[in-house]
Amino acid sequence: MTLLQVRDLAVEFSTAEGLVRAVKGVDFDVERGRTLGIVGESGSGKSVTSLAVMGLHRGAEVTGSVDFDGTELIGAPDETVRRLRGRRMAMIFQDALTALHPYFTIGDQIAEAHREHFGSSRRTAWARAVEVLGDVGIPEPARRAGEYPHQFSGGMRQRAMIALALSCEPELIIADEPTTALDVTVQAQVLDLLMKLKEERGLGIIMITHDLGVIARVADDVLVMYGGSAVEQADADALFTAPRHPYTRGLLDSLPRLDAGGAQGEEAALRAIPGSPPSLLSPPAGCAFHPRCPLYAAAPQAACTDARPPLVQVAPSGHRSACVHPEVASPC
Amino acid sequence: MIGYLVRRLLGIAGTLLVICAITFVIFYLLPTDPAVMFCGKDCPPDRVAQVRQQMGLNAPLVVQFARYVLAIFAGRTMGTGQYVVHCGFPCFGYSFQSGAPVWDLIMNRLPTSVSLAIGAAVVWVLLGLGVGVVSALRKNSWVDRTLMVATIGAAAVPVYFTAMILLYVVVVLLGWLPFPSYVAFTSDPVGWVQNLILPWITLALATAAMYARMTRSSVIETLAEPFVRTARAKGLCERKVVGKHGLRPALTAVATMLGMDLGSLLAGAMITESLFSLPGVGKLFADSLHKADQPVVMGITLLASFFIVTSNLVVDLLYAWIDPRARLS
Amino acid sequence: MLTDSVLTVRELQMTFPGGREGLRRRPGVKAVDGLSFDVRAGETLGLVGESGCGKSTTGRMLVRLLDPTGGRVEFQGQDITRLGQRELRPLRSRLQIIFQDPFASLNPRQTVQQIIAAPLRAQGVATAEIRREVRDLVRLVGLAPEHLERYPYQFSGGQAQRIGIARALATRPALVVADEPVSALDVSIQAQIVGLLERLQRELGVAYLFIAHDLAVVKHISHRVAVMYLGRIVEIGDKAQVYGDPAHPYTKALLSAVPLPDPAAERARERIVLLGDPPSPANPPSGCTFHPRCPQAQQICRTEAPLLQIAGPGRREVACHFPQNAAH
Repeated sequence: MTLLQVRDLAVEFSTAEGLVRAVKGVDFDVERGRTLGIVGESGSGKSVTSLAVMGLHRGAEVTGSVDFDGTELIGAPDETVRRLRGRRMAMIFQDALTALHPYFTIGDQIAEAHREHFGSSRRTAWARAVEVLGDVGIPEPARRAGEYPHQFSGGMRQRAMIALALSCEPELIIADEPTTALDVTVQAQVLDLLMKLKEERGLGIIMITHDLGVIARVADDVLVMYGGSAVEQADADALFTAPRHPYTRGLLDSLPRLDAGGAQGEEAALRAIPGSPPSLLSPPAGCAFHPRCPLYAAAPQAACTDARPPLVQVAPSGHRSACVHPEVASPC
Repeated sequence: MIGYLVRRLLGIAGTLLVICAITFVIFYLLPTDPAVMFCGKDCPPDRVAQVRQQMGLNAPLVVQFARYVLAIFAGRTMGTGQYVVHCGFPCFGYSFQSGAPVWDLIMNRLPTSVSLAIGAAVVWVLLGLGVGVVSALRKNSWVDRTLMVATIGAAAVPVYFTAMILLYVVVVLLGWLPFPSYVAFTSDPVGWVQNLILPWITLALATAAMYARMTRSSVIETLAEPFVRTARAKGLCERKVVGKHGLRPALTAVATMLGMDLGSLLAGAMITESLFSLPGVGKLFADSLHKADQPVVMGITLLASFFIVTSNLVVDLLYAWIDPRARLS
Repeated sequence: MLTDSVLTVRELQMTFPGGREGLRRRPGVKAVDGLSFDVRAGETLGLVGESGCGKSTTGRMLVRLLDPTGGRVEFQGQDITRLGQRELRPLRSRLQIIFQDPFASLNPRQTVQQIIAAPLRAQGVATAEIRREVRDLVRLVGLAPEHLERYPYQFSGGQAQRIGIARALATRPALVVADEPVSALDVSIQAQIVGLLERLQRELGVAYLFIAHDLAVVKHISHRVAVMYLGRIVEIGDKAQVYGDPAHPYTKALLSAVPLPDPAAERARERIVLLGDPPSPANPPSGCTFHPRCPQAQQICRTEAPLLQIAGPGRREVACHFPQNAAH
């Protein structure tokens, strides 16, 4: 059975400047033992999506369906969602220094979650905290558990954040830019750790990031978001070798690459996407990408501006893209 | 840690010495002659000279100052011949007005002031934190708006106005309470509260309003911190999220303010004590200042400074105890 | 020293004073410890490294926003290490800096016109000429003349960075120090700015010292690259050498740690995963500061700091007792 099934998820909140439709109907599944990568730029709605799944969207209107292993979370009592949160689905945040509480020891913060969900004794919960800290590769876990977040290095802090997420043996982990604040050598360690945990424990992982390299390393399936909607969905190999949506292509073309360029170091010029990401307050009509789209610039179509194109299958194995241009829309 | 404490205590001693020196110099520069003050208005010149000799006023300023400071710790024997007086530890000299030892004068009045200060602090902390937290948790509701408008009002009204309104309504019009006078806590606890509640409210109201506003913004800010979101993501119930993870850091900032304000309470107490004619240190200070009663003013200044610097130290230690990041390795 | 060098840096040092611990004073933190390199006219030298390696401190010293505690900086043959602010002023027009956060470095109360005109005005350019210059500049960086009367907050991050670039280029500098100029930007915008910087270099012949932590961006824009670790350069050379055949184990590990946007290549790749975090400059390891994380460390690495030396063909230099490029 699918671990997490999200259907037509929409998130709106009202601000002083007007209604913001941050997520406009997103569908995806997460299976046990697989990693779904959600990639997008600022304002794409990728982080809001993850918070909505966890029920952490405060003051926002959430509609659609989030089915966690047979339990519908949208419209469910707060208590139902709370009992799942941190227990069966856990979250890893970007900056562990601000995401961990400065006043409590690492051990206390991990033990607290365990006590909350299992009603375990102080001693048992502490032992569990030390155990998971060891699991994520923190040396001398018994001693480090008694230290505070500011006494940890950046990499160790993010490991502690992962240990906190793991402490109640969750089935789903949502990682929101977990390595963005880390140096690249430390990022490699943390990504390896997450992959290992996924393999060993059969976790379902949602990896949210702006970094296509991170997606390529860890994701089995990928969802590309732009302006609050999913514009392309495919398994990772298909997405990187045969991207179908012009935004995904543009993103890959605009990326400087370590694995490109001749022996003389000659680099092909980057093909940047013109313009800027859309405003959430006054998004463009129709396809949110059309003002920046090379296909629209070459051959403008009414369908691009009339309505938001739906995500349709463009290749077998479930490769889907949301574009009305025939060379993208038709199956190959 | 010990090294830190020693350094801080040395700092405190230094600060007090400097304050003492400044006050001493100011009085030295004043045109009033302490010998005349002490001896009385119609004192004959030869008597004044004698007093001056006795008080050691002919010595250079530095020597006088050294004697003054030394006397605080070791006591001092003043005068010559039949006029010898021994002023025991801690010696702050004698009042020009009454001739009574300054230390005794202050000690007699300290209970009143301490009662006033502690009571007022309790009132303003309870009121300020309560209003602030309620406002923050119900941000932008009508409750919040009403409370915040009220705090502006409370902060804007002058102390003497509050005092008069309270006295008129509660004592004169309604007759619920006696006109405030000082009753020792040890002799009659209920009377103590009954007599001091109006001065407490008067002294606390404006500060409570400030604390309410500060607490509100501090709580709102903290509840938006990523670590509060982490607490929610752990699946903690809202009571723990707010109470344990949210309020504690928010109140740390308020506690810091509190330490500083407690130290400077004496200034506020001065006005309130005068308004309610309570025999406290503040009133003694105001009276002595009027009459240029140098030893008393000096004594109280030093005492007040002592309270301010030590309460700062206590707050810093408290802060390190609450927030591990501020702890010294 | 190279004859065509626009900037010459020798043994540059920055030691920040240490805090107090009890009654003792802690030793200073060596953020930059003996840096030597040249930037040639019209080229881009990339300066890469992880957080805390001292690359931004270096950038700030070169434009004298920080005063070096040791060493020498020569700009166009003139020693600027000890010049006072007044003597530096005429040089500022030829030596500019671009920052990471475009909004923090633009005055929010000034219009784009005023922002870009400021360096020209400081040079005493005539008002009519300033107007014409500013219009040319905004077009050059891809903004429209109607943007001139707007304020910074009305722009997106990418556009604001364009304004910062226009201001830096207003006085036709010979060298621009670019401190993480694209790392706060979205990927699609990042490519626009990188492209813009490259085009401006072709058109104006400006040299860049491009400071960044993103190895792919540095590879794309640079002609030569210097890799820093804990306040020192561990490897410097032509881009093709440093990236194609790295000699220092740290450069190797750094390159292998960057995830490639290609799942098949990622699976096939052999990675060198370094243990631990980069050490703190407040408490650097002995000998070669990389030795605790180095997979090839030997006894000598623990005791002796290697010097930057020519390794193999070309002018590539590496600070390692056991360099590992193909020539060895």
